[in-house]
Amino acid sequence: MAVLAVAEHRRGDLRDPSFEVLTAGRELADAAGTELHVVVTGGDVDAFAEDLNREGVDAIHTVDYGEEFNAEVAVQAVDQLAADGEFEHVVVPNTVNGLGSAPAIAQRLGRPIATDAIGVDVDEGLIITRELYGGKTEGTIAVDGPAAVVTVRPGEWPAAEGAGDAAIEAADVDIDEGAIGTTVTGFQEVGAGDVDITEAEVLVSVGRGIEEEENIVLIQALAEALDATVSASRPIVDNEWLPKDRQVGQSGKVVTPDVYIAIGISGAVQHVAGMKGSDTIVAINTDPSAPIYDIADFGIEDDLFDVVPALIEEFGGDVPDF
Amino acid sequence: MKVLVTVSEVADVDDEFEIDGLEIDSRYLTYDLNEWDNYAVEEAVQLDEESEEEVEVVTATIGPERTEETIRQALAKGADRAIRVWDDSLADASVLDPITKATILAAVVEEEDPDLVLTGVQTGDYAFGATGVALASQIDYGWGAVVNYLDYEVGDDTAEVHRELEGGVEELAEIRLPAVLTIQTGINEPRYASLRGIRQAQSKPLDAHGLEDLGLSADELPLDLELTDLEVPEVESDVEFFEGGAEEEAAQLADLLRDKGVAS
Ligand SMILES: Cc1cc2nc3c(=O)[nH]c(=O)nc-3n(C[C@H](O)[C@H](O)[C@H](O)COP(=O)(O)OP(=O)(O)OC[C@H]3O[C@@H](n4cnc5c(N)ncnc54)[C@H](O)[C@@H]3O)c2cc1C
Repeated sequence: MAVLAVAEHRRGDLRDPSFEVLTAGRELADAAGTELHVVVTGGDVDAFAEDLNREGVDAIHTVDYGEEFNAEVAVQAVDQLAADGEFEHVVVPNTVNGLGSAPAIAQRLGRPIATDAIGVDVDEGLIITRELYGGKTEGTIAVDGPAAVVTVRPGEWPAAEGAGDAAIEAADVDIDEGAIGTTVTGFQEVGAGDVDITEAEVLVSVGRGIEEEENIVLIQALAEALDATVSASRPIVDNEWLPKDRQVGQSGKVVTPDVYIAIGISGAVQHVAGMKGSDTIVAINTDPSAPIYDIADFGIEDDLFDVVPALIEEFGGDVPDF
Repeated sequence: MKVLVTVSEVADVDDEFEIDGLEIDSRYLTYDLNEWDNYAVEEAVQLDEESEEEVEVVTATIGPERTEETIRQALAKGADRAIRVWDDSLADASVLDPITKATILAAVVEEEDPDLVLTGVQTGDYAFGATGVALASQIDYGWGAVVNYLDYEVGDDTAEVHRELEGGVEELAEIRLPAVLTIQTGINEPRYASLRGIRQAQSKPLDAHGLEDLGLSADELPLDLELTDLEVPEVESDVEFFEGGAEEEAAQLADLLRDKGVAS
């Protein structure tokens, strides 16, 4: 028996979560007393295998098919590799492509799936911890059965390091081309604009707590008074109240300013992924259980519509009508 | 052509709340249409509006009778009819896991035979983010996860999509139909239901099914995940709160910011 980790790559490079999933996979393998195997599908699999050969990895299976990571190829590969029952738990990064493949892997193998784990353990079966209700609560989930699929949250496990001595081999799998319904035709960068929020030293970042488009002027006035740049969480950009180049987070920009002021932002994991590296984080949020306070250095648990005008005045700015 | 849209009702938790055993005390919960599903419904309705061909938009929900209010919202926004599936035994499960939900939805697909299934990327409360792709695999459809642009001409064999990846990169892909697409927020501008829409929704068909009606039985559902503990996470950070009224709080924050050299 062994644990199987699935690696992911894009445009020629393995992505960071591919190395983190090795650490999580090793942890599971240790808990279950088994080996850790890795599968990598598509791209320059030989070079990828060399890179994935890190401490704690026992074997690497390569599937040389196509250039880019294709969820359906990964599903077929894991399905065939695991069909002989050699693999109990399958560990996949909780990324866009991980979530695009892991549920189908689970379904094919007839196994349960638990996603976005921040902790894993094995007792009779797999046990995971994960957030529920937008990070306000944390739950423990017991997965029934001897074998499961689990996706692990990026950034929760360190990347595996050190040279390994894994056996690397081309996997004996047959990809059925006719069954693949998706053709990747290219990639596109989005969110390029006039303002580069990644260069800003001070960011005043606005979230759904601002309620109405008309109220954004308040945040702009604060940014002006502080000589800062305006950024935003996703709903503000989805609503087109601010352009895409202002979005902080997993699907926006990763920022590391000296000071990040989060105003009416709850601190969802996809947002935090883009700003946790900020030097000083200030949060203004009425909800004491908002996860933004887990990473903030300073907080004001009060109504932004009272605090922001007062702050603008502190810096001698004009408070607009809102 | 027929589009099936999965519609979930999600629980939103008040700022202050209490945990009662393995659940959040229901006094602190408000139920609403899942944010991601709202975009999926809009996408389906737009497909209908923009096409000369007839597009039937059917919603599918796993939920108790309470959810019919939420389902009517989707009907008011332009869906043609709705299906709700429930069995009282499901209320006893601590978690409805993605494979179980996919199994139930697959039985609906079997009945309806849609050309396209749209789901939200995830639900706002449990956020497994896995049901759509598990469903695709179960019904042997192609799939695309986290779609934030869809170009589909009714009758075509393939849909052109953008999939939102990490770091401001989108993958451009062609997906063969029939397919399941998981829809990301921002793909469109969901409408507010008009008064007329709300009125019409009252008379649109909303069929409630038990599991048996779909050829399923509660004992055969996987239900493989069990919540064994629920708590408020211990905060690791040592956040320092500024206290007082808004002016005092702002004054303290201003001191801090000046200390850090902001606006100097
Ligand atoms: C695949 C994927 C990718 C994603 N990528 C991103 C991304 O790149 N960036 C991103 O930000 N999100 C992203 N998200 C969305 C993310 O999950 C959250 O939905 C989003 O971050 C929530 O934004 P918010 O905090 O502004 O809104 P909410 O979560 O609604 O929070 C609003 C906050 O405002 C507070 N508030 C309300 N009124 C007031 C008031 N008067 N005064 C003070 N506080 C108030 C509330 O207490 C609440 O905490 C992604 C999601 C998925 C599934």
